[in-house]
Amino acid sequence: MALLQIAEPGESTAPHQHRLAVGIDLGTTNSLVATVRSGLTVVLGDDFGRPLLPSVVRYLPDNPPQVGYEAQGAQVVDPRNTIVSVKRFMGRGLHDIAERESMPYLFDDKLGMLRLHTAAGLKSPVEISADILRTLRQRAEVSLGGPLVGAVITVPAYFDDAQRQATKDAARLAGLPVLRLLNEPTAAAIAYGLDNAAEGVYAVYDLGGGTFDISILRLSRGIFEVLATGGDSALGGDDFDQRIFCWMLETAKLKPLSVEDARMLLTRAREAKEYLTFHGVAPIGARLNSGETVDLTLTTEIFTDITRTLVAKTIQPVKKALRDAGLSTSDVKGVVMVGGATRMPQVQRAVGEFFKQDPLNNLDPDKVVAIGAATQANLLAGNRAAGDDWLLLDVIPLSLGLETMGGLVEKIVPRNATIPTARAQEFTTFRDGQTALAIHVVQGERELVADCRSLARFELRGIPPMVAGAARIRVTFQVDADGLLAVAAREQISGVEASIVVKPSYGLTDDEIAGMLKDSLLHVKDDAHQRALKESQVDAQRLIEAVHSALAADGDLLAAEDRRRVDAGLDKLRVAAQGDNRRQIMLAMDDLEADTKEFAARRMNKSIRQAFAGRNINELDGEPTAVGTGESA
Amino acid sequence: MDFNTDHFALFDLPRVFRLDAAVLDQRYRDLQSRVHPDRHASAGEVDRRLSLQWATRVNEAAQTLKKPLARAKYLLHLAAHDLGDENNARMPVEFLVEQMEWREAVADARAAGDDEELEHLRHRLLDEIRERYDELAGLLDDRRDFEQAADRVRRLMFIEKLLVDIDDAIAACEE
Repeated sequence: MALLQIAEPGESTAPHQHRLAVGIDLGTTNSLVATVRSGLTVVLGDDFGRPLLPSVVRYLPDNPPQVGYEAQGAQVVDPRNTIVSVKRFMGRGLHDIAERESMPYLFDDKLGMLRLHTAAGLKSPVEISADILRTLRQRAEVSLGGPLVGAVITVPAYFDDAQRQATKDAARLAGLPVLRLLNEPTAAAIAYGLDNAAEGVYAVYDLGGGTFDISILRLSRGIFEVLATGGDSALGGDDFDQRIFCWMLETAKLKPLSVEDARMLLTRAREAKEYLTFHGVAPIGARLNSGETVDLTLTTEIFTDITRTLVAKTIQPVKKALRDAGLSTSDVKGVVMVGGATRMPQVQRAVGEFFKQDPLNNLDPDKVVAIGAATQANLLAGNRAAGDDWLLLDVIPLSLGLETMGGLVEKIVPRNATIPTARAQEFTTFRDGQTALAIHVVQGERELVADCRSLARFELRGIPPMVAGAARIRVTFQVDADGLLAVAAREQISGVEASIVVKPSYGLTDDEIAGMLKDSLLHVKDDAHQRALKESQVDAQRLIEAVHSALAADGDLLAAEDRRRVDAGLDKLRVAAQGDNRRQIMLAMDDLEADTKEFAARRMNKSIRQAFAGRNINELDGEPTAVGTGESA
Repeated sequence: MDFNTDHFALFDLPRVFRLDAAVLDQRYRDLQSRVHPDRHASAGEVDRRLSLQWATRVNEAAQTLKKPLARAKYLLHLAAHDLGDENNARMPVEFLVEQMEWREAVADARAAGDDEELEHLRHRLLDEIRERYDELAGLLDDRRDFEQAADRVRRLMFIEKLLVDIDDAIAACEE
């Protein structure tokens, strides 16, 4: 049998310009941006070469916000306007924030969602995160010398839909096209797996500043398949600082503190935690504004003791994830440690004891997520090199469902379902003549709606009056490759439809984002039109290249007449992209998309047929199979 | 390849209950390697939408075929033996009594926080589940007795639910 040369979909056969894409680790404590340059993945540093950007934003009355080290340095003198660990607020309402009493911020939840009063006005967590992302975007554009095609932004695997949507909104606000939202432990697994040519089942234990994730993955012949994931989106290194802080208050018998003093002691707590990674004893000294002095000694034993419950809290989700994957610790070949908080010796020890093996620490736990994200961004942007044929199959962390009678949850998509996925379920009316149905979308594992996270509510209206139970309402959940949900409802008999892309209850509306985008562009004196035009030109270029490589690979699927139309559309778009009329570019893109629709479907079908052709070749390698197809034998 | 083809045909597999999991897995990966949205991220809008639809379709098919209960139900569906309204299923009394005994044992162990007993119950149940699927395979693949198979599938639905309850109880003990 002749071997077919198979052109991989998305692989450009013609040489093209390297597209600038980055991976961003938007962390609770620190954020990073990385990219692939000349085949090497590098973290991009600031003007001083520092790789990390502290995730701290300080708002000033008449100036742009300070972001990073400068803001971090101001947190003790200006705690109210200096926002740290904003990631903990993403997609959350005020009542979700456990330690809000001890935080120095002026919260506001008049609009249902959480906002903070600052010297620069009311700020939502999405806007604050956007300020961090904007700083990273600018760093990357300066360093790489051009506008970015897009970014892969990482989120904790255990982030729910509201938190993911908030992250995507923040990127939009920062003018960053999102190529994909990527789960942090999965990003780490990519970096580790590609670096070590790993095969087998791996666990990624990711304890960051404010979030904990555990993912169980199977790595096999270039495919990274997440089998199960779990975690706690409100547990991280910050909580260890908080325990030390409480221990300090108790041991030194301190009076109630001012916000400045509290912030200073929290900083001392963090320093002591970091010191204990390499020493057995950490001295803690501070002079408070109140005149009191603090002079304490924290030992490893005390630290281990006061944080024992926190460490134990990470092991529960690990057990659950293993059970969900149908595996036990003996199936796990390696445990990859990610996140700065895994540097703590008691964490290393607990993980080692649980898995009965030494955890893997050979990649920098601060950088590994950004590196994995950059590697994927490079691939998604279309910069594939030979050998870059790995693929990622990820899952949703929490079940998605609907509220039914009596405040109960009907699960539609189970947790750990591989994405993208879609599930549908039929419901009916319970009253005669009922013409509307309220649909309440929730996420979580509990049976009661009250114990799950409310994601969105919408109504299906205009159902023709029927007797109770006669209507057939089909509700479809579609989760895309970013893990984001869209819900549609349709009454099957009348054909009445309603659908929404889920916008979280604590998120921003599209109008709010559009307004903020305009404001922020004015604020930084960026030319909004110029930027939008530039983006359309980049998009147009991307489409032209994609169609070109499709024609080069599969041009024979097109009849001569269709080919002429596509070629004409390409020419039109090429001309439009050279001009400065954004509308014309968009129209030419729409036309070309329409003219290549049938072609795209044929290419996809061809590619799927080739999967079987390719398999017959593989099976000659002696792969055992119970099923003969009559071709390969 | 027709988008509406059945799950077995999608993976070019015979329509049987006794599937070779390794072969299914390999073909799932082969297909996903071609249709997944990550492979089409730099393509046009049309291509990306097609990719989302196909990848969703391939995942749905794989989910159905990988899990034995879902696979059995799907085979019954293809054989025009849909289970129909599950509430109408009449179960023999001895089976229901047996199920109640199981449930009581789980509830007792959960109340006592006895995770060792729960693990023991889980292993016992897994053994029983394995035996029942062996029997089901014979009914579906060898005897092609779909009536009997449907009855066994209904029982397995109870038992699989029980397994979930045991897992929940174990998780509750760990908290």
